[in-house]
Amino acid sequence: MVLIAGFLCGFIFGWGLLISGMMQPTKVLGFLDIFGAWDASLIVVMVVALVVSGLGFALVRRRARPMFAPESLWPTRNDVDGPLIAGAALFGIGWGLVGLCPGPALENLASLSPQIIVFVAAMAAGMVLHDLWQKRRALPAAREVAAGADG
Amino acid sequence: MANFTPISAAIGGALIGLAAALLMLTTGRVAGISGIFGGALTLSATDKGWRIAFIAGLILAPLTGTFVGYALTAPQMPASWAVTIVAGLLVGFGTRLGSGCTSGHGICGIARVSARSIVATVIFVAVAIAVVAVMRHGIGA
Repeated sequence: MVLIAGFLCGFIFGWGLLISGMMQPTKVLGFLDIFGAWDASLIVVMVVALVVSGLGFALVRRRARPMFAPESLWPTRNDVDGPLIAGAALFGIGWGLVGLCPGPALENLASLSPQIIVFVAAMAAGMVLHDLWQKRRALPAAREVAAGADG
Repeated sequence: MANFTPISAAIGGALIGLAAALLMLTTGRVAGISGIFGGALTLSATDKGWRIAFIAGLILAPLTGTFVGYALTAPQMPASWAVTIVAGLLVGFGTRLGSGCTSGHGICGIARVSARSIVATVIFVAVAIAVVAVMRHGIGA
């Protein structure tokens, strides 16, 4: 059931991006280009999505647990830290360069466009690189703790 | 604003919000695409299934769209190969480091009134606007 639910939600999400025009990098860049022929459509997409998901989340919170999973995994952190700011800034640079964020990039794979395939491959590489880097950073610290425990 | 399409934007936005609420209702997960995709790449097999199913649904949507008149064409990408690769790397690395993208922070996070998500969204939108301003109009360059 989790698989079917995941699939249907991805499908509805994809239709949302398709109808709103947000699959098109040129449409997204039109919103980001506030000094050119500005297109405010993305704001409308976001505000309506916010209202609908906000109401939906409020209803979901009344339930003890999700329909097909043992618990709801709401994000718990609320601190603004360096990685959040740096990560958002790096993402903003990439988004501004081509007008693609992860959802539309993946959805555009349907067209089998070579440029999209290359973008998604690079995006996947960036994600894996980040996770490898975090692992490497974590290792020396773990060794220090282990060494400290011996002393 | 000749390109402004508020009606289709509102319908599409409603579907995106509905999908986010339904994913929380059924699986208890946040509909953040960078997190879903990143997890599908790196996490252990037990937590991969629904992620791959979500991405499959996402990719299937425009294929079904062709039946009702949405043309399935390669998107216009006004960028060179080098820029495409650099941008992809930045989007992948940045969304992992910052724990989210337009969907996870911009929609789900702000809908939860999360301070982290509001800050992240303001930063990535502002930076992207600045990048487009420099690239298209040479402002500040």
